Amino acid sequence: MNKNKKLYFEIDGKACYAEDGQSVIDAAKANGVFIPSLCHVEGVKAAGSCRVCNVKINGRNMTACTTPVTDGMVVENDIPELNELRQAIIEVLFVSGNHFCPSCEKSGNCELQALAYRYQMLVPRFPYEFPIKGVDASSEHIFHDRNRCIMCKRCIRTVTKDGKNVFAFNGRGGEHLHVVMDEKLASQLTEEEAQEAMEICPVGAILKKEQGYLVPIGERKFDKLPIGSDIENK
Amino acid sequence: MKDKIANLLKQYDNDRSRLIDILLDIQEIYHQVPDEAVGILADQLDLSKVDVEQTISFYHFLTQTPIGEYAIYLNDSPGAYMYGRAEVAKAFEEEVGISFNSVTQDGLIGLWDTADIGMNDQDPAAIINGIVFTELDPAKVKKIIGEIKDGKKVEDIAENVADVIYTKGILRTMVKNHIHLNNPIPYDDQEVGSVLKQALDLTPEQIVSEIKESNLRGRGGAGFPTGLKWEFCRKSGGDEVYLICNADEGEPGTFKERVILTELPKMLFEGMAIAGYALDARQGIIYLRYEYRYLLAYLEDVLQEMRDQNLLGKNIAGKTGFDFDIRIQLGAGSYVCGEESGLIESMEGKRGEPRNRPPFPVESGYLNKPTVVNNVETLCRVVPIIQNGADWFKSIGTKESAGTKFLSISGDCNAPGVYQVEWGMTIKEMLKMVGATDVQAVKVGGPSGTCIDPTQFGRSIAFEDLATGGSMIIIGNKRDLLKDFILPFTNFFIEESCGSCAPCRSLTVILRDKLTRIIDGNGTQSDIAELYDWARLGQTANRCGLGQTAANPIITSIENFRNLYEDLVKTDEDYLSAFNMEQAVAESCEVVGRVPNIKSH
Amino acid sequence: MSKPVLATTSLAGCFGCHMSLLDIDERILELIELVEFNKSPIDDIKTFTKQCDIGLIEGGCCNSENIEVLKDFRKHCKILVSVGECAIMGGLPALRNGLSVKECIEEAYLNGPTVGLNTEKILPNDDELPMILDRVYPCHEIVKIDYYLPGCPPTADLIWNALVALVTGDELKLPYEVVKFD
Repeated sequence: MNKNKKLYFEIDGKACYAEDGQSVIDAAKANGVFIPSLCHVEGVKAAGSCRVCNVKINGRNMTACTTPVTDGMVVENDIPELNELRQAIIEVLFVSGNHFCPSCEKSGNCELQALAYRYQMLVPRFPYEFPIKGVDASSEHIFHDRNRCIMCKRCIRTVTKDGKNVFAFNGRGGEHLHVVMDEKLASQLTEEEAQEAMEICPVGAILKKEQGYLVPIGERKFDKLPIGSDIENK
Repeated sequence: MKDKIANLLKQYDNDRSRLIDILLDIQEIYHQVPDEAVGILADQLDLSKVDVEQTISFYHFLTQTPIGEYAIYLNDSPGAYMYGRAEVAKAFEEEVGISFNSVTQDGLIGLWDTADIGMNDQDPAAIINGIVFTELDPAKVKKIIGEIKDGKKVEDIAENVADVIYTKGILRTMVKNHIHLNNPIPYDDQEVGSVLKQALDLTPEQIVSEIKESNLRGRGGAGFPTGLKWEFCRKSGGDEVYLICNADEGEPGTFKERVILTELPKMLFEGMAIAGYALDARQGIIYLRYEYRYLLAYLEDVLQEMRDQNLLGKNIAGKTGFDFDIRIQLGAGSYVCGEESGLIESMEGKRGEPRNRPPFPVESGYLNKPTVVNNVETLCRVVPIIQNGADWFKSIGTKESAGTKFLSISGDCNAPGVYQVEWGMTIKEMLKMVGATDVQAVKVGGPSGTCIDPTQFGRSIAFEDLATGGSMIIIGNKRDLLKDFILPFTNFFIEESCGSCAPCRSLTVILRDKLTRIIDGNGTQSDIAELYDWARLGQTANRCGLGQTAANPIITSIENFRNLYEDLVKTDEDYLSAFNMEQAVAESCEVVGRVPNIKSH
Repeated sequence: MSKPVLATTSLAGCFGCHMSLLDIDERILELIELVEFNKSPIDDIKTFTKQCDIGLIEGGCCNSENIEVLKDFRKHCKILVSVGECAIMGGLPALRNGLSVKECIEEAYLNGPTVGLNTEKILPNDDELPMILDRVYPCHEIVKIDYYLPGCPPTADLIWNALVALVTGDELKLPYEVVKFD
């Protein structure tokens, strides 16, 4: 039935079909191919900011989340060169934040950690920076730990109150950029909205207060199977 | 304040896309964007406060804390240090009594480090309340600060040495043009508008094909064929098309556009009108870097003059139905806004984060309409090409690089300034031309370009060899290349990264730290190898030109000056820790009141 | 042939990694067949008596003594392995890396809720005590580390498999479930 779809393309030699306008990453998923990403949210305008979904399209490095499929497109995904690049980016993210997994409520459900597991990172090749970016506990339901933020912009693009952004970038550059939470709007978020904000965050930067560790070790999202297994085993 | 800001907003039709203009106006009035103003803007524009703040905090010249009634922005780029920036900075600190990046207690004077301001041929230079002061030395600093303390206005402090005098008076600034021509291309003195009239006798398609035929390539650095870009834009169709002139030259070491804007604004505007006609665009916008704000009134006057001559406006030059006008949009201090899609984001009142492509600006650019972004120099070239034909243009330069190039040459040479040369000139010839001897390295294309050593001085300046937007920094043999150029250039990219792409934002910091480790003598052979491998990661991983080239200072210096690195590292060890016990225990010993006993530990 | 010699230590760690090592259950009998222990809390040998083949390091470096011990291990061991999150990246102790040393010491000895007895407000300053470092350092920032076993603690299976691989020279295969950071 896939054959009725409009566009034909290939990922690592596998025949795939896509809807017109569908991004490479979404189309890959629909065809049972996992392309890793930390910033992508299906249905939300792509940011292309984490760069983890780097693939080769007709030989050129492109991000799969920002590139729409075109007919006859040839995509390389699971190749050593790209996996090496992805692992390097993941390691960069690990050292440029404070990712103390053992003390993080998101551990086991964290997508950054899960990708590190998938690529079997034992230690980042880069030195840890231990940045100090501060925490914001001003909101009733949200605890915002900027030190864990990987600046994927998921929250910036999705979490709103009355149509206004609750989260936004502040500053620029490698040493001053961070994500901030609008004090006024964040205090108006309901518990459900706080829960959604926490779920949209791939790491443990946005946490719902008074929740802690809900799921025992061994039963969390990525304890048993690597991230992406659900797509690949479909 | 509420009324004042409401009025300002009205002036811009409450248009969110004009946020940069609104913020610059507020900054001008209050020497900051006060918190209250942020709140008012957020309410009026239906944004959250953090949303307004994410735009403010992106730009160097927009601040949420006071910058001082007299805000002194002193160029901090490596080039300035070659001409004595350190002594000038010290003089400022001593005269004002504060250190850089702070404001006096009475709020009168602020001292600020600033990335390259495009005055490399007359550094050390500073911008004080929008007016540029050049060739500073401690004596001049003393005089300036004295006069500020006497309450003199900045425009009265500036000694006028400007080259241009315009209708409303002199261009009050100390900027010189230092033009050195060598020119096969008619430079000025043509009758303004004559070529435009010639162009209007052709169809837009004919103009596009003439530009295509001429092999004109973008002069900003990337070198994309101009005619092709125009053709793509025409193919996108749509009733609203924009032409943007990129006057945001931020690459350290480049200043040729400043000179073109000063000397040849009419040629530029005429070129824009021709481009507007070729693209069916009704609106041209010049994105002028904030550092060149001192040119704003002057350029506005020239525009008015051309409107008065019916060379801009409605039914231009008698051609019924050809309406085209130009407005100037100020930037607010950001290198990455020189990237065309970052520039467009900025023009829409947002953070200047480069966009993902596709779609390209020619398909969906400013306000999501088809948009052509061309560099100042590129648009100027359009005029002589239409005047003399594509074949004539192609007869100059090399096979792949037609015409001439404006170079901004600075550093260790006798005559820094703007030079117009034919593509194909070798570096050796260039060095002779500017009187440079005893040269260690040339930074071709600024920090984002390549750093070459004397064995490569036979190479030529052309798209097929050393492609460049025109920044040429000559570094003499006595200079410390790694410490005084490669390291600060890397810091420049860290500061100017928009931060959106993870590798550009964070990897560059890691590289800088590794480089520092080597410079500090804590590196080993393997550190050089790692630094090189890590630096190469960003080239493919990042989205825009800045991110892809941010590691170029490191990459090209390792490739061409490996000996400098080798000299710094310990070759007989494979591991070296940068850990220093004395420093590490200093604070805790002081807190508990004991004398550090390093030896026993 | 003599058995490979193993040394272990816990620097700024909680001994959890050592507990995990003991968690290999009955394989501990195989372990003592496989290796000879030298300096280690497991056999309570306090100082190196010979050169060792493998050193397992638990914990990062938070004071001058940790640095000294770590350097001593590097000197005496052919292969050094960072075992657990603290050795690899400082772990929980490194949560203090965002705070000044002054704040930490004052919280611990003056202001903390459990400091009731320090009425004379004494800060430990005896010359015999190790000096606190400005931050907690991962071991590989101090000496060269050859291998890393992540986890808090690393699972007994991971430690066991790694040890066996190191001793026998066999390739180390790491199933998905054993590499975890918590």
